[in-house]
Amino acid sequence: MVNLQNLADAIKVGNRAEATKLTRQAIDEKVGAKEILEAMVGAMDEIGKKFQRNEVFVPEMLIASRAMKESMAVLEPLLVKAGIKPAFTAVIGTVAGDLHDIGKNLVAMMWKGANFGVVDLGTNVSPEKFLAAAKEHKARVVGLSALLTTTMPAMKQTVAALRAANLAGLKVVIGGAPITQEFATEIGADAFAPDAASAVEMVRKLMVA
Amino acid sequence: MSDRCTPTRYQTLAISNPDDLYFGTAPRPVRTRQGMVIGGGVVYPELNFTLPPISVEQSTHGRICQQYREIITGALARAVELETPGLVIEFETLPPMTENPQWAIDITKILVDAMEGAHAKHGLLSALRITPNDTREFIRPPVMRSGQKWDDMLATFEGCAAAGAELLSIESVGGKEVHDDALTMCDLPQVIFALCVMGVRDMQFLWTQVSQIAKRHRAISAGDTACGFGNTAMVLAEQKLIPRVFAAVVRAVTAVRSLVAYECGAVGPGKDCGYENPILKAITGYPMAMEGKTAACAHLSPVGNIAAATCDTWSNESVQNIRLLGGMAPTCYMEQLIYDCRLMNRALAHGRESALMLQGWMVESDEGLDPQAYVLAPDHAIAIARSIVVSRDYYTAGKTAALTAVGLIRQGLRSGRLKLNAREVPWLQTMQHAVEELPDRESTFIDQMMGGVDTSKFIAKDYEL
Repeated sequence: MVNLQNLADAIKVGNRAEATKLTRQAIDEKVGAKEILEAMVGAMDEIGKKFQRNEVFVPEMLIASRAMKESMAVLEPLLVKAGIKPAFTAVIGTVAGDLHDIGKNLVAMMWKGANFGVVDLGTNVSPEKFLAAAKEHKARVVGLSALLTTTMPAMKQTVAALRAANLAGLKVVIGGAPITQEFATEIGADAFAPDAASAVEMVRKLMVA
Repeated sequence: MSDRCTPTRYQTLAISNPDDLYFGTAPRPVRTRQGMVIGGGVVYPELNFTLPPISVEQSTHGRICQQYREIITGALARAVELETPGLVIEFETLPPMTENPQWAIDITKILVDAMEGAHAKHGLLSALRITPNDTREFIRPPVMRSGQKWDDMLATFEGCAAAGAELLSIESVGGKEVHDDALTMCDLPQVIFALCVMGVRDMQFLWTQVSQIAKRHRAISAGDTACGFGNTAMVLAEQKLIPRVFAAVVRAVTAVRSLVAYECGAVGPGKDCGYENPILKAITGYPMAMEGKTAACAHLSPVGNIAAATCDTWSNESVQNIRLLGGMAPTCYMEQLIYDCRLMNRALAHGRESALMLQGWMVESDEGLDPQAYVLAPDHAIAIARSIVVSRDYYTAGKTAALTAVGLIRQGLRSGRLKLNAREVPWLQTMQHAVEELPDRESTFIDQMMGGVDTSKFIAKDYEL
């Protein structure tokens, strides 16, 4: 009988072949989709915490993420059949005029690992595009990233555009090298995430608040 | 006009003795219009600045021009007061300025007018470096060799050079399309592909054009930097996202790419944020700008002192125009840079032995604490430089530079000259293995990589692939 801890371990070390094999085995043995999903998310949570404690580097987290992604692809039909969807969708992007995407990509990866629905709009995203995506995907969270002090005004404009649309329950999280809690408060963002790892817990807290 | 130079590949080193690789002195110095000789025995401060948060658009252009006018007025006044033997001002445009070249040209004129005024009134020697943004990456996938972005970028170079900017530089980004992913995955073969295959081809094309513009305006084709590559790795390492040893090895490989500017007509001073510059100085003999401890206003670096060990201009990288107790920040940084340079210039004035003593302290104070500093020690920079010039092509040079850096770090670790966090050490073997597994021939390597990288991120024909 499959041991879901082994599945979690395979994900944590990024062993894609083993992770997908164990996922298939779990499905064959009629283990519940939710249970399998929880094992995967738990593995990513653990690797995220190790990352926060500086025990692993990003590439180690990325290979875990890839193992999870492949295992999720195996599990996907079962999740659909069982009506299990991510609890909410988050839209993320780097603001207009800014092309930096490493930090944004890391946050997107961490959010996916936590089983948030993630729509990644890429870089140099206009306020209008953020707003349109938030509406289209009925997003509960919008994540804005900026690396340049000169694109911080674009972040402010984007937050203003999202606020003006008055989307029910929408939370805006911002981050990036020059961003501070003070700036987040000043422009009316709901939260500031100082790094990719803390962006997961930040959103979880916002969603239960 | 030829689209691409036939690069003159360096096969020997201009500096092969570590005791000849030190600040203020380059075998092939550069003379500016007003008579500064960069690399000729004096280290000059190089000041860079940027705006505080502001939208750069037509409606704010007047206010922005006024800010630059105030910045340069304050900085030059401090420079006169402190009697610097000369200085370089760097105007690194913001992307909307490169997309609207006239804005960059207007600001260039403001800066040049002030600098010429200070020369006429006080005899202050200065030169302006213009660094347009490489806005080609604003389109995804980037169009590297044609189109509006390319045209605007060249128009910015051309217009600013015509307006009096003397040193032409850029932080070019060819190959970055796949390099960011390579960094986050610590994928050294992909780093070599990005820098030594894609980057090299783009540099040959780009620097042929920049050098031709320089020639038309009797300006100086100064040099590039692998900022978007090596410094991204440095920042990621600082944030503990990737191993420092990986960033150190990436730095060695970046030299292969940045060298191409000099093979296509650049003569220095190389751009300040190119921490690969000590390697390039050893190869080319041209003077180099460097930045370190006095660039803490812009970013943290583990090479604060060692970067100065080989500099010919000493820079603050960039500082926002905000008010500090001592005055506006660019003015304060002008002062700091001048004092840094005074010390180096005193050591130079006392002769080679004194200069080497100060250089030695700069090296020793940093090299043991971080592998990124370690690979920049003069003896190590020369070892990496040598590995590059003896290689038969850029791809081989990338592999050899990487293996040389790994070997140097191992040796440093064994000898106790370098300290490493335990979790860094296994990455040395991982990197060595990854490079040793690579094919001998570049064509085989390219075939392999084109089958593995995300080719939707770049336009292959722009890289002759």
